[in-house]
Amino acid sequence: MQIKESSEVYDVIIVGSGAGGGMATKQLADAGLNVAVVEAGPFFDPKDPKTMTQLKWAYDSPRRGAGTDRAFGEWDMSWGDWEVEGEPYTHEEGTEFKWWRARMLGGRTNHWGRISLRFGPRDFKGKSHDGYGEDWPIGYDDVKPYYDKTEKLIGVFGSKEGLPNDPDGFFLPPPKPRLHELFYINGAKKSGIPVIPGRLSMLTKKINEDRGVCFYCGQCGRSCQVYADFSAGSCLIFPAQKNGGKVKLFVNCMVREVTTNDEGKATGVSYINKEDRKEYKLRGKVVVLAASACSTARILLNSKSKQHPNGMGNSSDLVGHYLHDSTGASAAGFIPGLMNRKVSYNEDGVGGMHVYSPWWGDHSKLDFPRGYHIEVWGGMSNPNYGFAWNPNDFNKFFGLKVGGYGDQLRDDVKKYYGSVIGFGGRGESVAKKENYCEIDPTTVDQFGIPVLKFNYKHSDLEIKQAKHMQDTFEELIHNMGGEPLGEKPGKDKDYGLLAPGQIIHEVGTTRMGKDPKTSVTNEFQQLHDVDNVFITDAGPFTSQADKNCTLTILALSWRASDYIIEQLKQQNI
Amino acid sequence: MDRRKSIQTMILGAGASALAFHGCKTEGDTNVEEAVAASDEKYFGRTPKELERIEKLNAEQLFNEHEMETIGVLSTVILPPKEPHGGPLEADVPEFIEFMGKDIPEMQTTLLGGLMWLDHKSNTEFGTDFKSATLEQQKQICDQICYHDIEVPLDDQPLEIQFFYMMRGLTMTGYYTSKVGIADLGYKGNMPNVWDGVPQDVLDQHGVAYDPEWIAKCVDQSKRGVIAEWDDDGNLLT
Repeated sequence: MQIKESSEVYDVIIVGSGAGGGMATKQLADAGLNVAVVEAGPFFDPKDPKTMTQLKWAYDSPRRGAGTDRAFGEWDMSWGDWEVEGEPYTHEEGTEFKWWRARMLGGRTNHWGRISLRFGPRDFKGKSHDGYGEDWPIGYDDVKPYYDKTEKLIGVFGSKEGLPNDPDGFFLPPPKPRLHELFYINGAKKSGIPVIPGRLSMLTKKINEDRGVCFYCGQCGRSCQVYADFSAGSCLIFPAQKNGGKVKLFVNCMVREVTTNDEGKATGVSYINKEDRKEYKLRGKVVVLAASACSTARILLNSKSKQHPNGMGNSSDLVGHYLHDSTGASAAGFIPGLMNRKVSYNEDGVGGMHVYSPWWGDHSKLDFPRGYHIEVWGGMSNPNYGFAWNPNDFNKFFGLKVGGYGDQLRDDVKKYYGSVIGFGGRGESVAKKENYCEIDPTTVDQFGIPVLKFNYKHSDLEIKQAKHMQDTFEELIHNMGGEPLGEKPGKDKDYGLLAPGQIIHEVGTTRMGKDPKTSVTNEFQQLHDVDNVFITDAGPFTSQADKNCTLTILALSWRASDYIIEQLKQQNI
Repeated sequence: MDRRKSIQTMILGAGASALAFHGCKTEGDTNVEEAVAASDEKYFGRTPKELERIEKLNAEQLFNEHEMETIGVLSTVILPPKEPHGGPLEADVPEFIEFMGKDIPEMQTTLLGGLMWLDHKSNTEFGTDFKSATLEQQKQICDQICYHDIEVPLDDQPLEIQFFYMMRGLTMTGYYTSKVGIADLGYKGNMPNVWDGVPQDVLDQHGVAYDPEWIAKCVDQSKRGVIAEWDDDGNLLT
């Protein structure tokens, strides 16, 4: 079967339509370039009633919202999770990595937590501060103008706090704290842990005529039908099209490799159309890979040619290496002061935390080098599968019997409704060459494309950080007059440190740097080896911070896009 | 629909006090329910593949008629109906339990085996199956299995204890995720509104207060419709 080749030559082919691909699409199309966007999943628009889950009730489904088909519950707007049918991945024995893939236009931005934190000056220069990992080739001042522009474009609420490593930005006003968040603020104060308003990309205020304002249903994970939360499809790609941009979408098209000419320059991509299961070629002057850190590494490693026998951009042998996810550990507590709540009002709020704690620690007094922030959850939740399952479990804290049956259970449910507060610690792990993904030559997916094999282990630094998280959570619960739920995980359980990949902030597989021997891309996210291939997902991150990666993906994608436009103008690529 | 009707008839025959709630159903309901069912099928956000799986599960039968009736009876012992928000039957709990048993097959043995245990126990002690026993007899059986040992993992406890725990969990979650259950709970969310903070009487009840300095940073909801503009330092001007 012959591979069908397009006659049209696009200025830029963008692989992937999430944060990195979406921003590149918006900037490059706005600059008048002819853009093709290739997405492995189907088209998705949050306002389409057929796929919409926002404002559905548990009883709209026979399984009442259970997570049988979708790992985060059946209303979660991610098509694909840790498992994607027909698209396996493998592991080196004794190692673990969980790989979330959202196959849809907009990718994971349709369901993400919208936590939008700038990296601070220190985050770009970790090695200079503590000797671990590697410094970025750029600093905060290089990215600051792009953070500014990104926040204005997508809308991020927050507050000006003047913290040294949590830079302020162009914020929309934050929502007021909910009741459990007031308890958290008071509890954290007792331990000297700072709490500030959350910083999330939801519109608490109008920013333009195309997007609606938040109506506080707390369901950003379901993707907002009025586009009041930021998703790459609804807030970048659609506006680029509406603006008259030349944007051709290829959906359900799974890129196999980047194609090259005799000089080793990229000529486009080859992809499998999932609908007819045939292979096609697209031609482009520039290729932007934004398929997600691991998918991009996979495409590069699969792009073997005479000129790139080791895979494209891989003369350093580092593609796939330095893979690292945020660390994560969690705890929850029952807070008697939150019992017997009035249900007289709607406290759904935005779909995420109205308050949070940025990292406060002094590393000179700690046995681990990098910090974490604390995310807070709680409140009178929207009942879905699992709600009220163990209606009087908290009786145990009062020496009362747990279990039973009868009318009393109704009172139990109401008595304890909204009396739990939970914490998620999300921290920085130190990037290591020994943690990587590579091609598994023994396994292909259903499209015949060799799959990734993961080799990732946490180090002692992450485990010590998780211990600090658990001790902090315990103290916070105590400060709030509460009781911890479940046993505190000890050393035998790595203090509850979640498996790599589970926080879904994987970065670093094509890290940027000045030296082509120790990095894959330059500071503009251009392959050292191939000057017309760029990477705008989180692959080029030299290091993760104690922040979430999406805002920085967006800012850096914009920065790389400006560079591409400039280089095309100067006919350098 | 037919199976549900038969369960309701069964319960009424057994003397449960659910009459008041069935009385609310009028002849117009069928059309409404059909319309809802039709729109649900179209509009609860499933992908074609997910919908296909749900249809496949719906076509399967896990429990026979007797078992479905027993589930109906047991669920109303666990959570008796109460005005004005009904009970497990108004919340379609038996249908929900059957669906979950098919959706999460790991639950099947506990559910099927537990139902058999229930009848065996009832036959041994009272010479009749569980659903036909008197409410007093049913309670006598439930009293023996409704408390689990909280110090021991559930998996290490006797099957009948695990069964009751599962049935209570499914009944409670089934009821409180239904329209009537959510009304009973009083949850006010899942609809558009404008969040402007915790009401004063709630703050007072829980002994907390807003810090004026914090509140000064927060959104002025009267200006939410005004397009945001900033000065060069990121100070919001509008």
